Amino acid sequence: MNQIDARGYSCPEPVLMTKRALEKGTPLVVLVDNETPLENIRRFATNLGYQVEWKELGEDFEVTIR
Amino acid sequence: MKKFRTHLPILITGSLVGVISILLVLWGNPANMGFCIACFLRDIAGALGMHRAEAVQYIRPEIIGLVLGSMIMAMMNKEFKVRGGSSPVTRFLLGGFMMVGALMFLGCPLRMVIRLGGGDLNAIFGLVGFALGIFVGTLFLKKGFTLKKSYSQTKVEGLAIGVVNVGLLALLIAAPAFVFFSKEGPGSMHAPIAVALIAGLVVGALAQKTRFCMAGGIRDSIMLKDFHLLLGFVALLVTILVGNLIVSGFDLGRGLKVGFADQPIAHTDGLWNALGMVLVGFTAVLLGGCPMRQLVLAGSGNSDSTVTVLGMVAGAAICHNFGLASSAAGPTMAGKIAVGVGLVVVAVIGFVNTKKV
Repeated sequence: MNQIDARGYSCPEPVLMTKRALEKGTPLVVLVDNETPLENIRRFATNLGYQVEWKELGEDFEVTIR
Repeated sequence: MKKFRTHLPILITGSLVGVISILLVLWGNPANMGFCIACFLRDIAGALGMHRAEAVQYIRPEIIGLVLGSMIMAMMNKEFKVRGGSSPVTRFLLGGFMMVGALMFLGCPLRMVIRLGGGDLNAIFGLVGFALGIFVGTLFLKKGFTLKKSYSQTKVEGLAIGVVNVGLLALLIAAPAFVFFSKEGPGSMHAPIAVALIAGLVVGALAQKTRFCMAGGIRDSIMLKDFHLLLGFVALLVTILVGNLIVSGFDLGRGLKVGFADQPIAHTDGLWNALGMVLVGFTAVLLGGCPMRQLVLAGSGNSDSTVTVLGMVAGAAICHNFGLASSAAGPTMAGKIAVGVGLVVVAVIGFVNTKKV
């Protein structure tokens, strides 16, 4: 499983990390620690035609892109 | 239709910021300065005696409102999370140089759009420079620029900026003798405290909710072909333009003066208008947002942005203590040198923090 930890990085870094990781294929799991990167990654991946799911993990969010 | 619904909040925010900016000028703010984060932080620095430029000293309630509005909105939506520790000293320096660039141009990106919509064509040079600075910043991001991770911190780190702003509000209302308030010049022109405070609160809350950012729109459009935030930028510009046309009674000659010369709190040196905003755009991308966004992030618990704001205040004080800030007469030699130094320093910061990915 392709997985990256983008927690703690400020925007737009989590989106760029996601973009690079997507080149290695899906499904991709991205961990982020607040709402802004969560929204940005969802918008970015949805715009590219991916399916995006996400859930809260304590203080963090786990985004699954496939 | 679904797409439109995603974009609606940012369109509304951009438009409302425009309407509020127009109203604030009608209520007493300086012309084309309904909102200006750089100018207002500079005024606050002056009010606290950090610089002694007598024309620009006032505790601007808009700033207080922006921070507290963002904080309240973040808390209501359980988005208030205290994070920090991502290269704070570097951020302080970048914030300082961001201010050097903004005071060369005479406005933050928000005021740049407000000036443009007010018929001040000098802002076109600013916009070109701003976009160029953002483009350069994105090159660094693509190569792997990062200020490293932030970490969870104690509540105090996040709440401090809110307490400071409540304190500023108390100082503004009590107006003790040791606080400096301009008797003439832009600092003496302001909307009533309550009006300006409410304006700030509304904009702060909306900007927190929608992540409204003047730099983010151009950045995302260049880097990700994502035009979401840019829509807010465009909505603001259109609203300001229409608003000014309405207020001026569609009288282009007297009401809305379109041109380069004699624009309010502006100068006509195109090159330095552009270079100042190159510095602002460049630093904004490395910092992850424009000056307004830094205030909003600070309000939502991001202590890295709080440090950036403090850097901007320090930068403003330095600008006015050492004659780096431009005036209607034009830029100063010292200001040109400072912008040049700033571009070099920010580029060095860019290179040393770029790791090959």
